[in-house]
Amino acid sequence: MGYIMLAAAFFLIVSMALMLFRLIAGPSLYDRLLAVNSFGTKTVLFLCVFCFIIDRPDGVDIALLYALMNFTATIAVLKFFNYRALNVGLLKAKYDMDQEGVQ
Amino acid sequence: MSVLLMMAAEAAPKVAGPGVDWSAVWDAVRAVLTVASLGAGLFFVLAGTIGVIRLPDFYTRLHAAGMTDTLGAELILLGLIFQADGWQMIAKLLLVAFFLFITSPTATHAVAHAAYRAGEKPVLGRWRIDGEGE
Repeated sequence: MGYIMLAAAFFLIVSMALMLFRLIAGPSLYDRLLAVNSFGTKTVLFLCVFCFIIDRPDGVDIALLYALMNFTATIAVLKFFNYRALNVGLLKAKYDMDQEGVQ
Repeated sequence: MSVLLMMAAEAAPKVAGPGVDWSAVWDAVRAVLTVASLGAGLFFVLAGTIGVIRLPDFYTRLHAAGMTDTLGAELILLGLIFQADGWQMIAKLLLVAFFLFITSPTATHAVAHAAYRAGEKPVLGRWRIDGEGE
């Protein structure tokens, strides 16, 4: 079973390395953010597989924390792209969307 | 497939004999399920990555990444759950799977919505519907 976990970790690393290409070459900000988000998901999976390889179950906690941080960071960076600031209330965001007619 | 046969051959001597050793059978079944699930998950993750590199515009790339990352992550975590020993490990892996299942589509939706509001245009190519194409 060890070789299978090693193969899974190898393919996950290959996938992460390929995702770096879109991170560097992405034409827009959103392409790069998409690459970062996808890279984070693959990092969580790699951490889980790595825990099984070194046979220490503690690392899954780190993977859990990383999954939550990845989501929060994505939303925070999106908010910063939109407003160029992070201390914007939710009511302001709703008002802006109502003004633009976005559903 | 050859890996599956190898594992079945590895588990076979333990199974044969008087009185079937059901724990060995269960180990072999778990191994086969793990390999199938991990293989399917890695296939989806790699396909999504190749889609992100190859597809022509932002929304198609988002489609490739968002769909396949969710399914591939769930399948890989399912494969790991079959190998986990102890209910604590299973509970932690289930929590990771649950949070990924909630947050991954939400993040994809937020990125798509922000890009749409920022005026990111899809490439419509040959099937352009606004009459500007060839």
